[in-house]
Amino acid sequence: MTEKVKVRIDGEVIAATAGQTILEVARANDKYIPALCYMEGLSAVGACRLCMVEVAGVARLLPACTTPVQEGLSVNTTSPQLHSYRKIALELLLVERNHTCAVCVSSGHCELQSLAQEHGVTHVRYPYNYPKLGVDTTHPRYVLDHNRCILCSRCVRTCAEIEGAHVWDVAGRGIQSRLVSELQRPWGEATSCTSCGKCVQACPTGAMAEKGWGVEEMTKRRTVVSRLSSMREGM
Amino acid sequence: MDKVKIGTCWLDGCSGCHMSLLDIDEGIVAVLQKADIVFGPLVDADEWPEGVDVAVIEGAVSSQDDLKLARTARERSKVVVALGDCAVTGNVPAMRNGIPTRKLLERVYVEGATAQPGIPTDGVPALLKQAEPLHAAVKVDVHVPGCPPKPNAILFVLGELLEGRTPDLDSKLRFG
Repeated sequence: MTEKVKVRIDGEVIAATAGQTILEVARANDKYIPALCYMEGLSAVGACRLCMVEVAGVARLLPACTTPVQEGLSVNTTSPQLHSYRKIALELLLVERNHTCAVCVSSGHCELQSLAQEHGVTHVRYPYNYPKLGVDTTHPRYVLDHNRCILCSRCVRTCAEIEGAHVWDVAGRGIQSRLVSELQRPWGEATSCTSCGKCVQACPTGAMAEKGWGVEEMTKRRTVVSRLSSMREGM
Repeated sequence: MDKVKIGTCWLDGCSGCHMSLLDIDEGIVAVLQKADIVFGPLVDADEWPEGVDVAVIEGAVSSQDDLKLARTARERSKVVVALGDCAVTGNVPAMRNGIPTRKLLERVYVEGATAQPGIPTDGVPALLKQAEPLHAAVKVDVHVPGCPPKPNAILFVLGELLEGRTPDLDSKLRFG
Protein backbone atom coordinates (compact mmCIF):
# COMPACT_ATOMS: atom_id res chain seq x y z
CA MET A 1 0.00 0.00 0.00
CA THR A 2 1.29 3.48 -0.81
CA GLU A 3 1.94 5.61 2.23
CA LYS A 4 0.41 9.06 2.24
CA VAL A 5 2.41 11.93 3.68
CA LYS A 6 1.72 15.59 4.33
CA VAL A 7 4.25 18.16 3.18
CA ARG A 8 4.37 21.92 3.12
CA ILE A 9 5.33 23.69 -0.11
CA ASP A 10 5.65 27.47 0.19
CA GLY A 11 3.50 27.29 3.30
CA GLU A 12 0.67 25.30 1.75
CA VAL A 13 -0.06 21.85 3.20
CA ILE A 14 -0.18 19.26 0.41
CA ALA A 15 -0.98 15.54 0.50
CA ALA A 16 1.63 13.45 -1.34
CA THR A 17 2.70 9.86 -1.72
CA ALA A 18 5.91 8.71 -0.04
CA GLY A 19 8.57 8.15 -2.71
CA GLN A 20 7.43 11.05 -4.88
CA THR A 21 10.05 13.75 -5.32
CA ILE A 22 9.60 17.37 -4.24
CA LEU A 23 9.47 18.38 -7.92
CA GLU A 24 6.77 15.82 -8.76
CA VAL A 25 4.61 16.91 -5.84
CA ALA A 26 5.12 20.59 -6.66
CA ARG A 27 4.23 20.19 -10.33
CA ALA A 28 1.19 18.04 -9.53
CA ASN A 29 -0.06 20.92 -7.39
CA ASP A 30 0.64 23.74 -9.85
CA LYS A 31 3.66 24.98 -7.94
CA TYR A 32 6.38 26.10 -10.32
CA ILE A 33 10.00 25.08 -9.85
CA PRO A 34 12.29 25.74 -12.84
CA ALA A 35 14.26 22.79 -14.25
CA LEU A 36 16.19 21.94 -17.41
CA CYS A 37 17.49 18.39 -17.05
CA TYR A 38 14.24 17.04 -15.59
CA MET A 39 11.69 15.55 -17.96
CA GLU A 40 8.55 13.82 -16.78
CA GLY A 41 8.77 10.11 -17.57
CA LEU A 42 12.57 9.90 -17.45
CA SER A 43 14.78 9.10 -14.46
CA ALA A 44 15.94 12.22 -12.59
CA VAL A 45 19.64 13.06 -12.41
CA GLY A 46 19.85 16.45 -10.68
CA ALA A 47 22.36 17.80 -13.22
CA CYS A 48 21.22 21.33 -14.05
CA ARG A 49 20.85 22.63 -10.46
CA LEU A 50 17.97 24.91 -11.40
CA CYS A 51 15.42 23.10 -9.23
CA MET A 52 17.37 23.69 -6.02
CA VAL A 53 15.00 24.42 -3.12
CA GLU A 54 15.27 25.30 0.55
CA VAL A 55 14.18 22.55 2.94
CA ALA A 56 13.48 23.53 6.54
CA GLY A 57 16.10 22.15 8.91
CA VAL A 58 18.60 21.42 6.13
CA ALA A 59 21.51 23.85 5.90
CA ARG A 60 22.26 23.27 2.21
CA LEU A 61 20.02 23.55 -0.83
CA LEU A 62 18.58 20.33 -2.28
CA PRO A 63 17.61 19.47 -5.86
CA ALA A 64 13.83 19.08 -5.96
CA CYS A 65 13.97 16.51 -8.78
CA THR A 66 15.94 13.90 -6.81
CA THR A 67 14.81 14.57 -3.23
CA PRO A 68 11.95 12.33 -2.07
CA VAL A 69 9.29 13.80 0.18
CA GLN A 70 8.71 12.59 3.70
CA GLU A 71 6.16 13.35 6.38
CA GLY A 72 6.38 16.90 7.69
CA LEU A 73 8.83 18.14 5.03
CA SER A 74 8.65 21.90 4.55
CA VAL A 75 9.97 23.36 1.29
CA ASN A 76 10.58 26.88 0.00
CA THR A 77 10.63 27.06 -3.81
CA THR A 78 11.31 30.78 -4.18
CA SER A 79 13.51 33.25 -2.31
CA PRO A 80 15.96 35.98 -3.29
CA GLN A 81 18.81 33.56 -2.55
CA LEU A 82 17.37 30.80 -4.75
CA HIS A 83 16.71 33.32 -7.52
CA SER A 84 20.30 34.52 -7.43
CA TYR A 85 21.69 30.96 -7.46
CA ARG A 86 19.43 29.95 -10.34
CA LYS A 87 20.56 33.04 -12.23
CA ILE A 88 24.20 32.08 -11.67
CA ALA A 89 23.50 28.51 -12.87
CA LEU A 90 21.92 29.87 -16.07
CA GLU A 91 24.78 32.30 -16.68
CA LEU A 92 27.35 29.53 -16.22
CA LEU A 93 25.46 27.38 -18.74
CA LEU A 94 25.54 30.31 -21.17
CA VAL A 95 29.30 30.92 -20.87
CA GLU A 96 30.31 27.26 -21.11
CA ARG A 97 29.59 26.88 -24.83
CA ASN A 98 28.62 29.08 -27.78
CA HIS A 99 24.90 29.72 -27.35
CA THR A 100 24.47 32.24 -30.15
CA CYS A 101 20.69 32.66 -29.94
CA ALA A 102 20.52 35.00 -32.94
CA VAL A 103 21.49 32.21 -35.34
CA CYS A 104 19.80 29.24 -33.66
CA VAL A 105 17.02 27.09 -35.11
CA SER A 106 15.46 26.88 -31.65
CA SER A 107 15.50 30.60 -30.79
CA GLY A 108 12.11 31.50 -29.39
CA HIS A 109 11.40 27.85 -28.49
CA CYS A 110 14.43 27.18 -26.30
CA GLU A 111 14.13 26.29 -22.62
CA LEU A 112 17.55 27.75 -21.75
CA GLN A 113 16.75 31.02 -23.52
CA SER A 114 13.32 31.39 -21.92
CA LEU A 115 14.58 30.50 -18.43
CA ALA A 116 17.34 33.11 -18.82
CA GLN A 117 14.71 35.68 -19.74
CA GLU A 118 12.43 34.59 -16.90
CA HIS A 119 15.27 35.03 -14.42
CA GLY A 120 16.17 38.49 -15.71
CA VAL A 121 19.48 37.52 -17.31
CA THR A 122 19.99 40.61 -19.50
CA HIS A 123 23.71 39.92 -19.71
CA VAL A 124 26.21 37.39 -18.40
CA ARG A 125 28.59 38.48 -15.65
CA TYR A 126 31.24 35.83 -16.28
CA PRO A 127 33.82 35.61 -19.10
CA TYR A 128 32.73 33.45 -22.02
CA ASN A 129 34.61 30.21 -22.62
CA TYR A 130 34.38 30.21 -26.48
CA PRO A 131 35.26 26.51 -26.96
CA LYS A 132 35.88 25.26 -30.49
CA LEU A 133 33.19 22.63 -30.97
CA GLY A 134 31.92 20.64 -33.90
CA VAL A 135 28.54 20.04 -35.48
CA ASP A 136 27.64 16.45 -36.39
CA THR A 137 25.62 16.50 -39.61
CA THR A 138 26.20 12.86 -40.57
CA HIS A 139 22.69 11.70 -39.74
CA PRO A 140 20.39 12.01 -42.77
CA ARG A 141 17.53 13.62 -40.82
CA TYR A 142 18.97 15.19 -37.68
CA VAL A 143 21.83 17.40 -36.62
CA LEU A 144 23.81 17.64 -33.36
CA ASP A 145 25.39 21.02 -32.54
CA HIS A 146 27.76 20.65 -29.59
CA ASN A 147 27.94 24.44 -29.31
CA ARG A 148 24.40 24.47 -27.93
CA CYS A 149 24.51 21.34 -25.76
CA ILE A 150 24.13 21.84 -22.00
CA LEU A 151 24.74 18.16 -21.11
CA CYS A 152 21.33 17.83 -19.46
CA SER A 153 21.34 14.21 -20.72
CA ARG A 154 17.63 14.21 -21.58
CA CYS A 155 18.55 12.68 -24.96
CA VAL A 156 20.73 10.04 -23.28
CA ARG A 157 17.92 8.98 -20.95
CA THR A 158 15.24 9.16 -23.64
CA CYS A 159 17.22 6.86 -25.93
CA ALA A 160 18.14 4.41 -23.14
CA GLU A 161 14.90 4.39 -21.15
CA ILE A 162 12.17 5.02 -23.72
CA GLU A 163 13.55 3.84 -27.07
CA GLY A 164 15.79 1.18 -25.51
CA ALA A 165 18.59 1.81 -28.00
CA HIS A 166 21.07 3.69 -25.76
CA VAL A 167 22.88 5.35 -28.66
CA TRP A 168 23.86 8.40 -26.56
CA ASP A 169 26.22 8.81 -23.66
CA VAL A 170 28.36 11.50 -22.09
CA ALA A 171 32.12 10.95 -22.48
CA GLY A 172 35.02 12.84 -20.90
CA ARG A 173 35.12 14.69 -17.62
CA GLY A 174 34.35 18.18 -16.35
CA ILE A 175 34.52 20.94 -18.94
CA GLN A 176 35.72 18.37 -21.52
CA SER A 177 32.52 16.31 -21.24
CA ARG A 178 30.86 15.69 -24.61
CA LEU A 179 27.76 13.95 -25.81
CA VAL A 180 28.78 10.94 -27.91
CA SER A 181 26.87 8.50 -30.07
CA GLU A 182 27.96 4.86 -30.01
CA LEU A 183 31.40 5.24 -28.45
CA GLN A 184 32.42 8.26 -30.56
CA ARG A 185 31.06 7.01 -33.89
CA PRO A 186 29.42 9.79 -35.94
CA TRP A 187 25.63 9.83 -35.45
CA GLY A 188 24.98 8.86 -39.06
CA GLU A 189 27.11 5.73 -38.66
CA ALA A 190 25.59 4.65 -35.34
CA THR A 191 24.08 1.27 -36.18
CA SER A 192 21.95 1.12 -33.03
CA CYS A 193 20.19 4.43 -33.83
CA THR A 194 16.62 3.74 -34.98
CA SER A 195 16.20 7.32 -36.27
CA CYS A 196 13.11 7.66 -34.08
CA GLY A 197 14.00 11.30 -33.31
CA LYS A 198 12.78 11.26 -29.70
CA CYS A 199 16.17 12.59 -28.51
CA VAL A 200 15.62 15.61 -30.76
CA GLN A 201 12.19 16.24 -29.26
CA ALA A 202 13.57 15.87 -25.72
CA CYS A 203 16.45 18.32 -26.23
CA PRO A 204 15.72 21.62 -24.44
CA THR A 205 17.96 23.76 -26.68
CA GLY A 206 19.01 23.87 -30.32
CA ALA A 207 21.72 21.23 -29.75
CA MET A 208 19.58 18.61 -31.48
CA ALA A 209 17.35 19.58 -34.36
CA GLU A 210 15.74 18.25 -37.49
CA LYS A 211 17.56 19.21 -40.66
CA GLY A 212 16.06 21.78 -42.97
CA TRP A 213 14.91 24.43 -40.51
CA GLY A 214 16.08 28.04 -40.39
CA VAL A 215 16.53 30.39 -37.44
CA GLU A 216 13.59 30.23 -34.96
CA GLU A 217 11.86 27.53 -37.03
CA MET A 218 12.52 24.37 -35.01
CA THR A 219 9.68 23.73 -32.60
CA LYS A 220 9.75 20.59 -30.52
CA ARG A 221 7.02 18.25 -29.36
CA ARG A 222 8.04 18.30 -25.71
CA THR A 223 5.26 16.02 -24.49
CA VAL A 224 6.16 13.03 -26.69
CA VAL A 225 8.55 11.42 -24.22
CA SER A 226 6.38 11.95 -21.15
CA ARG A 227 3.30 10.61 -22.99
CA LEU A 228 5.07 7.45 -24.15
CA SER A 229 6.36 6.89 -20.65
CA SER A 230 2.95 7.38 -19.03
CA MET A 231 1.34 4.88 -21.41
CA ARG A 232 3.75 2.23 -20.20
CA GLU A 233 3.03 2.78 -16.53
CA GLY A 234 1.27 -0.13 -14.88
CA MET A 235 2.28 -2.55 -17.62
CA MET B 1 16.39 73.00 -19.57
CA ASP B 2 19.23 71.82 -21.76
CA LYS B 3 18.55 68.93 -24.05
CA VAL B 4 19.94 65.52 -23.16
CA LYS B 5 22.93 64.60 -25.33
CA ILE B 6 22.85 61.14 -26.92
CA GLY B 7 25.80 59.61 -28.73
CA THR B 8 25.53 56.37 -30.67
CA CYS B 9 28.09 54.17 -32.37
CA TRP B 10 28.36 50.77 -33.92
CA LEU B 11 31.39 48.60 -33.34
CA ASP B 12 31.48 45.03 -34.70
CA GLY B 13 27.82 44.76 -35.62
CA CYS B 14 25.61 44.73 -38.70
CA SER B 15 23.88 48.11 -38.11
CA GLY B 16 20.65 46.20 -37.44
CA CYS B 17 20.34 47.73 -33.98
CA HIS B 18 20.59 51.21 -35.47
CA MET B 19 17.92 50.17 -38.01
CA SER B 20 15.77 49.11 -35.07
CA LEU B 21 16.45 52.48 -33.43
CA LEU B 22 15.16 54.18 -36.58
CA ASP B 23 12.20 51.80 -36.51
CA ILE B 24 10.76 53.58 -33.48
CA ASP B 25 9.02 55.62 -36.20
CA GLU B 26 7.32 58.75 -34.86
CA GLY B 27 8.79 57.91 -31.44
CA ILE B 28 11.97 59.56 -32.71
CA VAL B 29 10.13 62.91 -32.65
CA ALA B 30 9.36 62.54 -28.95
CA VAL B 31 12.97 61.52 -28.30
CA LEU B 32 14.39 64.48 -30.24
CA GLN B 33 12.17 66.94 -28.39
CA LYS B 34 14.10 66.07 -25.25
CA ALA B 35 17.45 65.05 -26.71
CA ASP B 36 20.01 65.78 -29.39
CA ILE B 37 21.96 63.05 -31.12
CA VAL B 38 25.46 64.51 -31.05
CA PHE B 39 27.52 61.62 -32.44
CA GLY B 40 26.98 58.45 -34.44
CA PRO B 41 26.35 56.98 -37.88
CA LEU B 42 23.10 58.96 -38.08
CA VAL B 43 24.75 62.38 -37.67
CA ASP B 44 27.81 64.20 -38.97
CA ALA B 45 30.47 64.48 -36.26
CA ASP B 46 34.12 63.53 -36.36
CA GLU B 47 34.82 62.87 -32.73
CA TRP B 48 32.89 61.61 -29.72
CA PRO B 49 32.21 64.90 -27.85
CA GLU B 50 32.69 65.61 -24.16
CA GLY B 51 29.69 65.76 -21.85
CA VAL B 52 27.44 63.18 -23.48
CA ASP B 53 24.60 61.99 -21.24
CA VAL B 54 23.68 58.69 -22.89
CA ALA B 55 25.98 56.53 -25.03
CA VAL B 56 24.14 53.88 -27.06
CA ILE B 57 26.62 51.31 -28.35
CA GLU B 58 25.90 48.57 -30.86
CA GLY B 59 28.29 45.74 -31.71
CA ALA B 60 30.99 43.64 -30.09
CA VAL B 61 34.47 44.95 -29.28
CA SER B 62 36.46 43.28 -32.01
CA SER B 63 39.27 45.56 -33.20
CA GLN B 64 41.71 48.15 -31.83
CA ASP B 65 39.42 50.90 -33.17
CA ASP B 66 36.38 49.36 -31.45
CA LEU B 67 38.25 49.31 -28.16
CA LYS B 68 39.43 52.90 -28.53
CA LEU B 69 35.96 54.21 -29.41
CA ALA B 70 34.31 52.22 -26.59
CA ARG B 71 36.79 53.65 -24.09
CA THR B 72 36.35 57.23 -25.38
CA ALA B 73 32.56 56.89 -25.27
CA ARG B 74 32.74 55.53 -21.72
CA GLU B 75 35.04 58.32 -20.52
CA ARG B 76 32.92 61.06 -22.03
CA SER B 77 29.42 59.76 -21.22
CA LYS B 78 27.39 59.47 -18.04
CA VAL B 79 25.37 56.37 -18.96
CA VAL B 80 26.48 53.61 -21.33
CA VAL B 81 23.86 51.38 -22.96
CA ALA B 82 24.92 48.11 -24.63
CA LEU B 83 22.42 47.83 -27.46
CA GLY B 84 21.74 44.38 -28.90
CA ASP B 85 23.20 40.90 -28.59
CA CYS B 86 26.62 41.71 -30.14
CA ALA B 87 27.28 44.38 -27.53
CA VAL B 88 25.69 42.31 -24.75
CA THR B 89 27.03 38.80 -25.49
CA GLY B 90 29.51 39.03 -28.39
CA ASN B 91 26.93 37.17 -30.51
CA VAL B 92 27.83 36.46 -34.16
CA PRO B 93 31.15 38.41 -34.20
CA ALA B 94 32.30 36.17 -31.29
CA MET B 95 31.78 33.03 -33.37
CA ARG B 96 35.32 33.56 -34.65
CA ASN B 97 36.76 33.38 -31.15
CA GLY B 98 37.70 29.70 -31.32
CA ILE B 99 39.95 30.42 -34.33
CA PRO B 100 43.35 32.20 -34.04
CA THR B 101 43.16 35.65 -35.69
CA ARG B 102 45.98 34.98 -38.16
CA LYS B 103 44.38 31.74 -39.35
CA LEU B 104 41.01 33.43 -39.68
CA LEU B 105 42.37 36.28 -41.83
CA GLU B 106 44.34 33.87 -44.02
CA ARG B 107 41.30 31.69 -44.57
CA VAL B 108 39.22 34.67 -45.67
CA TYR B 109 41.67 36.94 -47.48
CA VAL B 110 44.18 34.42 -48.88
CA GLU B 111 42.59 30.98 -49.29
CA GLY B 112 39.14 32.45 -49.87
CA ALA B 113 40.22 35.22 -52.24
CA THR B 114 39.54 34.94 -55.96
CA ALA B 115 41.60 38.05 -56.75
CA GLN B 116 44.47 39.89 -55.03
CA PRO B 117 45.02 37.48 -52.16
CA GLY B 118 46.63 39.05 -49.09
CA ILE B 119 45.67 40.17 -45.61
CA PRO B 120 44.67 43.87 -45.76
CA THR B 121 46.66 46.17 -43.46
CA ASP B 122 46.15 49.68 -44.89
CA GLY B 123 43.30 51.67 -43.41
CA VAL B 124 41.87 48.80 -41.42
CA PRO B 125 42.34 48.39 -37.67
CA ALA B 126 44.05 45.32 -36.25
CA LEU B 127 41.69 42.66 -34.96
CA LEU B 128 41.74 41.85 -31.27
CA LYS B 129 42.39 38.25 -30.32
CA GLN B 130 38.72 37.78 -29.56
CA ALA B 131 35.49 39.70 -30.12
CA GLU B 132 34.15 40.45 -26.65
CA PRO B 133 30.92 41.85 -25.26
CA LEU B 134 31.07 45.57 -24.44
CA HIS B 135 31.08 44.99 -20.68
CA ALA B 136 34.32 43.01 -21.02
CA ALA B 137 35.99 46.26 -22.19
CA VAL B 138 34.21 49.07 -20.31
CA LYS B 139 31.63 49.46 -17.55
CA VAL B 140 28.12 49.15 -18.95
CA ASP B 141 25.10 50.58 -17.13
CA VAL B 142 22.18 49.19 -19.14
CA HIS B 143 22.09 45.96 -21.16
CA VAL B 144 19.48 45.68 -23.89
CA PRO B 145 19.58 42.17 -25.42
CA GLY B 146 17.93 41.19 -28.70
CA CYS B 147 19.03 40.67 -32.29
CA PRO B 148 18.02 43.34 -32.86
CA PRO B 149 16.19 44.65 -29.78
CA LYS B 150 12.57 45.43 -30.69
CA PRO B 151 11.93 49.12 -31.49
CA ASN B 152 9.49 49.45 -28.58
CA ALA B 153 12.18 48.13 -26.22
CA ILE B 154 14.61 50.78 -27.48
CA LEU B 155 11.95 53.48 -27.15
CA PHE B 156 11.21 52.31 -23.59
CA VAL B 157 14.91 52.40 -22.67
CA LEU B 158 15.45 55.87 -24.16
CA GLY B 159 12.21 57.16 -22.60
CA GLU B 160 13.25 56.01 -19.13
CA LEU B 161 16.78 57.41 -19.49
CA LEU B 162 15.46 60.77 -20.74
CA GLU B 163 13.27 60.95 -17.64
CA GLY B 164 16.35 60.31 -15.52
CA ARG B 165 15.29 56.80 -14.52
CA THR B 166 17.20 53.54 -14.94
CA PRO B 167 15.12 51.28 -17.20
CA ASP B 168 13.98 48.07 -15.49
CA LEU B 169 14.33 45.40 -18.18
CA ASP B 170 13.99 42.45 -15.82
CA SER B 171 12.42 39.55 -17.78
CA LYS B 172 11.21 41.90 -20.54
CA LEU B 173 13.81 40.95 -23.16
CA ARG B 174 15.51 37.79 -24.37
CA PHE B 175 18.67 36.98 -26.26
CA GLY B 176 18.29 36.39 -29.99
